Amino acid sequence: MPVEIPKEKWPGSVLTVTLGALPSEGGTRKRVVTVGGETTLPFLHFEGEIPNPPVVAIEIKDRKPDDWSPLLLEAWKDVIDDPAQWAAAAEAAGADLIVLALSLTNRNGEPTTPEEAVANVKAVLGATGLPLIVLGPGQAEVDNTLLVAVSEATKGERLALGICEDKNYRTIVATAMANGHLVIARTPMDVNLAKQLNILISDMGLPLNCILMDPTTGALGYGIEYGYSVMERLRLAALQGDKMTQLPMIVTPGFEAWKAKESKVGEGVPKAWGDWLSRAINWETLTALTLIEAGADIVVLRHPESVKRVKAAIEELMAAKTLVS
Amino acid sequence: MALTGIQIYKLLPQTNCKECGFPTCLAFAMKLAAKQVELSACPYVSEEAKAQLEESAAPPIRLITLKSNGYEVKAGNEVVMFRHEKTFYNKPGLFVKLQSSALEEEVKSLAKRIHDYCVNYVGIELQVDGFAVEDDTHQPDKLKATLAAIRSVSNKPVMIFSDYPENLGPALEQLDNEVPLIGCATSDNWEKFADLAKRFKAALAVKADQIETLAELTEKIKGKGVEDLVLVPMGKNLGHELMLQTQLRRLALKANYRPVGYPTLAFCSSQAQMVQAIAKYAGFLVLDAFAEDLLYPLLVLRQNIYTDPQKPIQVQPGLYEINNPQPTDPVLVTTNFSITYFSVANEVESSGYPAHLLVTDAEGMSVLTAWAAGKFDAERIAKAVRAANLEEKITRKRLVLPGAVAVLSGEVEAELPGWEVRVGPREAVDIPKFYKQVLQVN
Ligand code: B12
Ligand code: SF4
Repeated sequence: MPVEIPKEKWPGSVLTVTLGALPSEGGTRKRVVTVGGETTLPFLHFEGEIPNPPVVAIEIKDRKPDDWSPLLLEAWKDVIDDPAQWAAAAEAAGADLIVLALSLTNRNGEPTTPEEAVANVKAVLGATGLPLIVLGPGQAEVDNTLLVAVSEATKGERLALGICEDKNYRTIVATAMANGHLVIARTPMDVNLAKQLNILISDMGLPLNCILMDPTTGALGYGIEYGYSVMERLRLAALQGDKMTQLPMIVTPGFEAWKAKESKVGEGVPKAWGDWLSRAINWETLTALTLIEAGADIVVLRHPESVKRVKAAIEELMAAKTLVS
Repeated sequence: MALTGIQIYKLLPQTNCKECGFPTCLAFAMKLAAKQVELSACPYVSEEAKAQLEESAAPPIRLITLKSNGYEVKAGNEVVMFRHEKTFYNKPGLFVKLQSSALEEEVKSLAKRIHDYCVNYVGIELQVDGFAVEDDTHQPDKLKATLAAIRSVSNKPVMIFSDYPENLGPALEQLDNEVPLIGCATSDNWEKFADLAKRFKAALAVKADQIETLAELTEKIKGKGVEDLVLVPMGKNLGHELMLQTQLRRLALKANYRPVGYPTLAFCSSQAQMVQAIAKYAGFLVLDAFAEDLLYPLLVLRQNIYTDPQKPIQVQPGLYEINNPQPTDPVLVTTNFSITYFSVANEVESSGYPAHLLVTDAEGMSVLTAWAAGKFDAERIAKAVRAANLEEKITRKRLVLPGAVAVLSGEVEAELPGWEVRVGPREAVDIPKFYKQVLQVN
C-alpha cells in the first residue's frame, strides 16, 4: 500500500554562520565551525537539507568560578585555575567550540582589567585550535570595556562576542564590525523581541551572517517549555521566509541546568531524586537534548559527560541522512 | 477530518420534513457541523450516511486507554504538530521493562520500587505508569509467573511483549477485567495477535520499520475487528525514529490518513531516545531500566512539554504559613507562578524556620518576568500585605523581598511605612543560610 508522506515546501532557510578564522583567512584557528543552513525542521532529512550538524561548546571561565556546583569544580579540578589549560581540557573532552566567560573580578577580588581579559583570551587562543566565543561578565559598562579591548587585540579571529541585548549592543556590534568578529544577540523568549534586536544590529551594518541569536532558555523544570516553543516558532518563521529570524540559534542549557537545585545540591533533597552526580548530569543532558530537538544550532554545556552524550545523539540524528537519499 | 455543513447536507435525506426541529435539512446540517446537535435527532438518515458521518467525526489519532484495577493510561487524541499551536493533551505513559528471565524475587522487589516511585514537582505527584513485560525466555509459564509477581505488588497497567503470540495466553488469563497492551504484531504473526487481542479485549501494538507496512497491518487487523491499536515504528537510529514519528503524526493530522491514526509507542534505551519520544510524538514509552536519577528529569520533561502553553501553572495568591510562624516571624514575599512558589516554600519548609509566605497575584509569572511585565511592583506588594491583614497580624514588621528584585526595596519601604524591608538572597536555595546569618542575628 503506497503512502504519500506529506512534505512541506519551505520557502526560507537558515543562514550559515562560520566561527573562527584559519591562518589563511587572517586568524590563527586550526579549525573553523559552520552552523546553520537548514532548509527544514530539525533532522527531517526526508524533506530538506541539514548541511551542518548542531555543535557543542564547552563553557570555561577566566578563573575558578565562585558559584558553580561542586560537581563541576570536581570535574575540572586539575585545570580550573588556568583558562588555557581548561580550554585544552575542554577541547580534549570533545568540544567543537570554546566559550570563555569573563568574570567581574579577578582571583584577588579586584575588578577584571581589560589587560587581564586580553591576556586570558590570548592564552586560550594559544592553548586550543578551536573557534572561540567570549562573553562579558554581564554588566553593560564592564562588558563594553572588556570586549572592546579583547576585540581589538584579536582582530581577524572571527570570535563571537556577547552578549548583545536591547539595552546594550551598540558598542559590541561596532567593535565586532571593526575587527572582523561576530556577535551573539540575546532576547528574553519572545519571537518579536528577537526579530527586533536582529534588525537593530543589522541596521548598524553588521551582516546577518555575523550574528548568532540566543532566544534564551530555561532549565528543565524551570521554564524550558517556554524556550522550547519560542525556538520552534522562530525556526518555523525562518523556514517560512521571515529574514530576521533566519539566524542560527545558540542556547545555554549548561548555565541554566547547573543553576537548578537538582544539580547544585546533594544533601537534604528527596530520595526520589536519586544519585546526585547522575541526576545533575542528566539534568544538563536532557535540557540540551530537548533544545536540540527544537532547533538549537549551538548548545553551551559545562560537564564533560553531558558533552559526550549530546555529541553521540547529534551523530545519530545526522546519520539518518543516509537513509533517505 | 470534520465535514462542512454543505458536505453533511449532501448526506441527509433532503426532504425538509422538519422532524429534527429545524426548518430544513440544510439548517440541521449547519448545526451538526457546529456540533450543536446530535445526528440522532433526524430519524431518516441512512445507515451508510451515518457511518460516514461518524467516521468523519472520529479524532484523527484514536484515543487508546490502557486499564487495570484502579488505573488508566491514555494516549492519542492529539490535534497539533507543535505545542504552541494549541497544546499536547495526553502525556505519554512511561512503562518500565521487566524481563521474564529475571528471578521472581527480583521482579517483585523491582516492581515494588517502580510502583512506589513518586516524586513531587511543583506540588504535582509524578509517577511511573506501569510495566512492560518482555518474554525473553520464550516460556509461557515464565511469562505468567513474571506477571503474577508484578501483580502481587502492583495493580498498575501492563504491556506484554513476545515474539510468539501463543505464549501470551496463560499470562493474559490472570488479568481480571483489564485492558493491557500486547504485541508486537508483525507481518508474520498479526493474525494470531489479532485473535488474542479480541479474545482478551487487549490493545494491540503493531510493529514495522516502514510506514507502508504499518498501514497495511492496521487495515488487516481492523478488518478482523480489532481497533485499539498502537503503532511501533522501528527506526534504524535516532534520526530515523524522529522522521518516522513526524511522518506518522503528519499523515494522521494533515492528510487524515486513517490507517495510521493511532498513538505510537517507542522502545527507549538511550536518554536521547527518551527525550525525543516525549518531545516528538510518542504516546507510550517503554524504558529499558529503572533509575531514580533519570526518571525524575524525564517525568519533569513530560510535565513541561505537556503544559498548556496558554496558562502557566499557578498557585492561589494569599498568605501561606510555614512551620507555624508567630507574629514576630518574618514575612517573605514571592509570586504565584507554581515553580517560583514551590522553590521558595520547599526551601523554607525543609529548613525548619518559620515564615509567613506572602504570595502576590502576578498572573502566574516568575519573579523577574512579573517584575519586567509590571505585575510585581511595590504597589502590588503593599496591596497584598494589606489584603492579608498583615499590618495587624504581624508585630515585628519585617518583609523579605526576593534578591532578584532588590531594586524594589526603596519603593516598598515608601509604600509600607513602619516595615523593615530586607533584601533576601537571589536563589531560594540560599534562604536557610539567610535565616541563619541575617534574620536570626537581628
Ligand atoms: C520563563 C521565562 C518567561 C516566560 C514566563 C514564565 C512565567 N510563567 O513566569 C515568558 C516566555 C512568558 C516570559 C515573558 C517575558 N519575560 Co521572561 N523569562 C523567563 C526565564 C527564562 C525564566 C523565568 C523562570 O521561570 N525562572 C524560574 C523561577 C523559579 O525563578 P524566580 O521566580 O525568579 O524564583 C527564584 C528566585 O527569584 C527565588 N525567589 C523567588 N521568590 C523569592 C522570595 C524570597 C523572599 C527569596 C529570598 C527568594 C525568592 O527563588 C526561586 C528559585 O531560586 C527568565 C530568564 C532566566 N533564564 O531566568 C526570563 C526573564 C525573567 N524574562 C524577562 C523578560 C524581560 C520578559 C518579558 C518582559 C519580555 C517581553 N518584553 O515580552 C516578558 C514578560 C511577560 C509578559 N509581558 O507577559 C527578563 C527579565 C529582565 C530583567 N532582569 O528585568 C528575564 C530575566 C530574561 C532576560 N535575561 O532578559 N518570560
Ligand atoms: S429530520 Fe432529517 S430529513 Fe427531516 S428535516 Fe431534519 S434533517 Fe431533514
